[in-house]
Amino acid sequence: MKSLAELQAIKDKMKDKVVLREGSAQKRVVVGMATCGIAAGARPVLNAFVEGVNKEGLSGEVAVTQTGCIGICQYEPVVEIFEPGKDKVTYVKMTAEKADRVIKEHLKGGKVVTEYTIAAFAK
Amino acid sequence: MKELSLNILDIAENSVKAKAPLTQILLDETETVLTISIVDNGCGMTEDVVKRVTDPFYTTRTTRKVGLGIPFFKMEAEMTGGSFSIESKSESEFPNDHGTMIKATFHKDHIDFIPLGDVISTITTLIQGHPDSDFLFRHVFPGGEASLDTRELRNELGGVSLAEYEVIKWIDEYLKEQYTSN
Repeated sequence: MKSLAELQAIKDKMKDKVVLREGSAQKRVVVGMATCGIAAGARPVLNAFVEGVNKEGLSGEVAVTQTGCIGICQYEPVVEIFEPGKDKVTYVKMTAEKADRVIKEHLKGGKVVTEYTIAAFAK
Repeated sequence: MKELSLNILDIAENSVKAKAPLTQILLDETETVLTISIVDNGCGMTEDVVKRVTDPFYTTRTTRKVGLGIPFFKMEAEMTGGSFSIESKSESEFPNDHGTMIKATFHKDHIDFIPLGDVISTITTLIQGHPDSDFLFRHVFPGGEASLDTRELRNELGGVSLAEYEVIKWIDEYLKEQYTSN
């Protein structure tokens, strides 16, 4: 049985990490979670980013967050990636599988997955 | 929406947006009826706004003029022969006792009943996105119940964010265990 006391252990483990994280320039993954995004399948996309970022050991440099409606509902699920000193990248019609590739190639490898961006879809 | 749990996520996002310190997600399920209540102590709405929220052409969003979250949820309940209600007290009129309560009842044996789906994922998504808000979740179902109160978690965690991967993972497993042990 899991108990609340296990959270104490997580707390102790996190102490060092929190110090390490402060001040480090972070990349941000922002998933649109308004009615349009949720209906189009944003929840599994968000979960794929949360899982994948941790699995690839990127949790120290990548923050996964949520936002409301971005205004391009027809392209949902929409994911925006912000990196310090770089232009924002907007990925559209996302799925959990596409998220895996974005994590490996873009967040880890530094190479934008052009075919999933809004520029590729809006043609 | 493909699952009612997605409607719950959508409606609860409104509670967070209304700056609710606490959002309660209460599911009461029998063999034939599912009642979903979402109760918050956020800024609430005036009577005039409450009257309009079930209208698809009313919305709080600023990026377009259509708001389908509440109309969808109402329609999905009524499709099963169930019911929908919304009550709200605005902060301006009720400074000490404000918030919104949405309640929808679904008949599970009706052909148009949409399954509840992955409610655990809805809870972890809400907490991951809003680690500074509190959520109370309780699902009573035939033969058992599952519950989670982020205020209790917060006490244990001290200053550690509820959005930390390890914490979200723990919540996921904690809830899954409650469903399987019943």
